[in-house]
Amino acid sequence: MEKFTTHTGVGVPLRRSNVDTDQIIPAVYLKRVTRTGFEDALFAAWRGDPSFVLNQEAYSAGSVLVAGPDFGTGSSREHAVWALKDYGFRVVLSSRFADIFRGNSGKQGLVAGIVSPEDIEILWKILETKPGTEVTVDLGAKTATADDVTVPFQIDDYTRWRLMEGLDDIGLTLQEADKITAFEETRASWRPKTLPARHLPSVEIEAARPV
Amino acid sequence: MAGTLAEKVWEAHLVRRGEDGSPDLLYIDLHLVHEVTSPQAFEGLRLAGRQVRRPDLTIATEDHNTPTLDIDRPIADATSRTQIETLRANAKEFGVRLHSLGDADQGIVHQVGPQLGLTMPGLTVVCGDSHTSTHGAFGALAFGIGTSEVEHVLATQTLPLAPFKTMAITVNGALPAGATSKDIILAIIAKIGTGGGQGYVLEYRGEAIRALSMEARMTICNMSIEAGARAGMIAPDETTFEYLKGRPHAPEGEDWDTAVEYWKTLRSDDDAEFDAEVVLEAADLEPFVTWGTNPGQGLPLSASVPVPADIADEDERLAAERALEYMGLQAGTPLRDVSVDTVFIGSCTNGRIEDLRSVAKVVKGRSKAESVRVLVVPSSARVRLQAEAEGLDVIFKEFGAEWRNAGCSMCLGMNPDQLAPGERSASTSNRNFEGRQGKGGRTHLVSPLVAAATAIRGTLSSVGDLDLPYDIDITTFDGTPLDGVGVSPLGESVVVDLPVPVAIQPALR
Repeated sequence: MEKFTTHTGVGVPLRRSNVDTDQIIPAVYLKRVTRTGFEDALFAAWRGDPSFVLNQEAYSAGSVLVAGPDFGTGSSREHAVWALKDYGFRVVLSSRFADIFRGNSGKQGLVAGIVSPEDIEILWKILETKPGTEVTVDLGAKTATADDVTVPFQIDDYTRWRLMEGLDDIGLTLQEADKITAFEETRASWRPKTLPARHLPSVEIEAARPV
Repeated sequence: MAGTLAEKVWEAHLVRRGEDGSPDLLYIDLHLVHEVTSPQAFEGLRLAGRQVRRPDLTIATEDHNTPTLDIDRPIADATSRTQIETLRANAKEFGVRLHSLGDADQGIVHQVGPQLGLTMPGLTVVCGDSHTSTHGAFGALAFGIGTSEVEHVLATQTLPLAPFKTMAITVNGALPAGATSKDIILAIIAKIGTGGGQGYVLEYRGEAIRALSMEARMTICNMSIEAGARAGMIAPDETTFEYLKGRPHAPEGEDWDTAVEYWKTLRSDDDAEFDAEVVLEAADLEPFVTWGTNPGQGLPLSASVPVPADIADEDERLAAERALEYMGLQAGTPLRDVSVDTVFIGSCTNGRIEDLRSVAKVVKGRSKAESVRVLVVPSSARVRLQAEAEGLDVIFKEFGAEWRNAGCSMCLGMNPDQLAPGERSASTSNRNFEGRQGKGGRTHLVSPLVAAATAIRGTLSSVGDLDLPYDIDITTFDGTPLDGVGVSPLGESVVVDLPVPVAIQPALR
C-alpha cells in the first residue's frame, strides 16, 4: 500500500446526510470481478444530474470529499471505497462514518477523517463560495486546511500509523502465525467445521418459470 | 468480572490482545462467502501466493446474482454469469465448499448457515455482507466485513479489530396482534436512527424478545446494521437449542451436552455494564412502515407521511424533503392511502419458512389486488422445499403470486427481479435506499403480515384492515405448521465425504 502523509487537492462539498453505499455505487456495478475500474460507477444515479456537484467543472477533478453525517451506511461493499479511489478521491471528511465503510477505507488507503459538524459547515461554506478551492490534508498533524482555515480531524491511531507506513494488514498478522496455531489447538470439538460437508439428502429443485 | 454476552464471546476468541492502541487479534469460527464480495479477495490470495488457511471453516453459496426463474438454464446476464463462474472456479481452486444454484442447499448465505446448523451460540461469524448480523440471533458475534477483510480471514482465519461498545435494547411486555419482530426492529431504528448503533453491538433482550422464535430473532438481528451497529445479539436459550438440535452440523452426543452447558453461560451477567441502553414497550408497537429512503424513516402504519416543515433539525428536514420527492409522496397523506405496484416477500430479513407461513395464513383463499404484482422468493432452496411440503406454494399461486426460486432477488435487484423507474413496492426486505430495488424504484419496508394485507388491498395495510373470514392466530410464531398440511421432518442428516474441490453437484445443470 502507498504511504500517505499529506495530500492537497480540490475539495468537493457534498451537502447530503446518510449517503449510503448504494448511492456511492449501485449494486449493478458490483458484478465486476476486478478491483479497479469503478470510476464510472461512483454516485452513478446522481451523475446524470447536471446540478450534481461532480458535474460542475470546478469540482470534477476533486480529491477531498467533504460529506454530511453518516457517510457510507448500509451495505459492506468495499466497491464503495474502490469507486471513490478510482475516481481520484484520497480523503473523505464527515462528522460520522458507518463502521464498515471506515474500516474498508483504512484497508485501501483512503483517509476517512472525522470532523465536527460545525467544521464541516465551515469547509462547505469555503468550498461553495470559492469552487475549486484546494484542501490540504495532513495525516501526521490530523488537520485539514482550506484557505486560511485549518480544522482538526480524528482517525484512530492504529489506522493512521498503518496508512503513514503503508503497511499491509495480512502481512502484519502473518507475523503472528504461531499464536494463531496455538489458539487453534485449543478449539473445542463442538465448534463447527464445514468439512466434511453434512446436509440433508439432496433433492431435485424444480425451476420456477415465468407466469 | 461481570461481562456482557458480546464481551464473553470476544474474550473467548482472543488470539492476542492489542497493546498501545493496536487492535486485538480475533479468531473467526465460521466464514461465509458469496459471489459478490469474494472475487477480489481470492485474486489477492492468488497474487500473494497464499492459500485459504481453513477451508474447513469456510462455506460459499451463490445468492446475490442468481435468477429466481429458469435456474436450469444459463444465466442470461453475462456479468452475473461471470461473477458466479468466478466463485465456482475459486471454490474449486482453493478447496472451499460451495452450494451452487440448483443445489438443494443453495440459498441466501444468512439462511444457509443456520439451516445447516453451522451457526451456533458463542461463535464468531463473518461474511462480506452487512447482514451477517443475522447470525447474532443464536448468540454468536456475527458481523459484516469488507473484501480486504474477507481476504484477511481467508489467509489467516483472524481479524485485527478494536473492541466494540455494547448497547442493551430491552423490549418489555408482549407484542399486540398483527405486530411482528419486523415492527420491533423498524421501531428501534426509527428511534435510534441509522447511525444510532455505530460502534456498538446491540444486545436485544426482555420478555418480548424471549417470546420470539429463532426466525423472528433473526429478522431483528439482521437489521441491526440498519441502525449502524456492528452486530446484534440475543442470548441463547431453549428456543435456540431446540432449533439447532438435529441439524446436519449441530454437535452430537457428548459434544452436544458440552456445548449446551457452555451455551447456557452465554448471557450478560446481571451486573454487567453496557455503554448504552434503550428500552421499548412491546405493547406500544403497531405495524411499522417506512415512508422515506433510509430505514430510520419509518412510522406506524396509522400515521401520515410527515410534513418536512414540521421537522426542527435542518439536516433531517432536508433529508425528508429529498426523500418525499424521490418517493413521490405528498406530505400529510395517510400512509394507508399509499397504493403499491409490487409486493416483494423474501430476503435474508423475511424470507424464511415462518414468514411464508404467516403470509399464507393471511392470503389463503383470497385473491391479490388486480393491479399488484406479488413475488414470493424463499430465502433458500430448502425453505422452498419445506413450503412446498406444507402446500404453501399452492396457496400463493391461487392467490395470484409468483412462486420463485431462492436468492436475494428484489432486495437489491442484482438479478432480473427489479422495480421499474417510479414503481412502488411494499417489501419485506431491509433497505429502502434510492434505487436499491431498481433505478428509480420506491420501496416501503414492511413486515410479512403487512405485505400480505397490502397485496390483498393494493394499498399499505395491516391485517387489522382485513375482514378476516376465519379465526387465524397471527400472533404466534412458534413454527407450528398450518393445519391439515404435511410437514417434512428435518430428517436424518447424511455425512457426505466430498472430495476437494467440494462443489456439490446441482440437481439441474
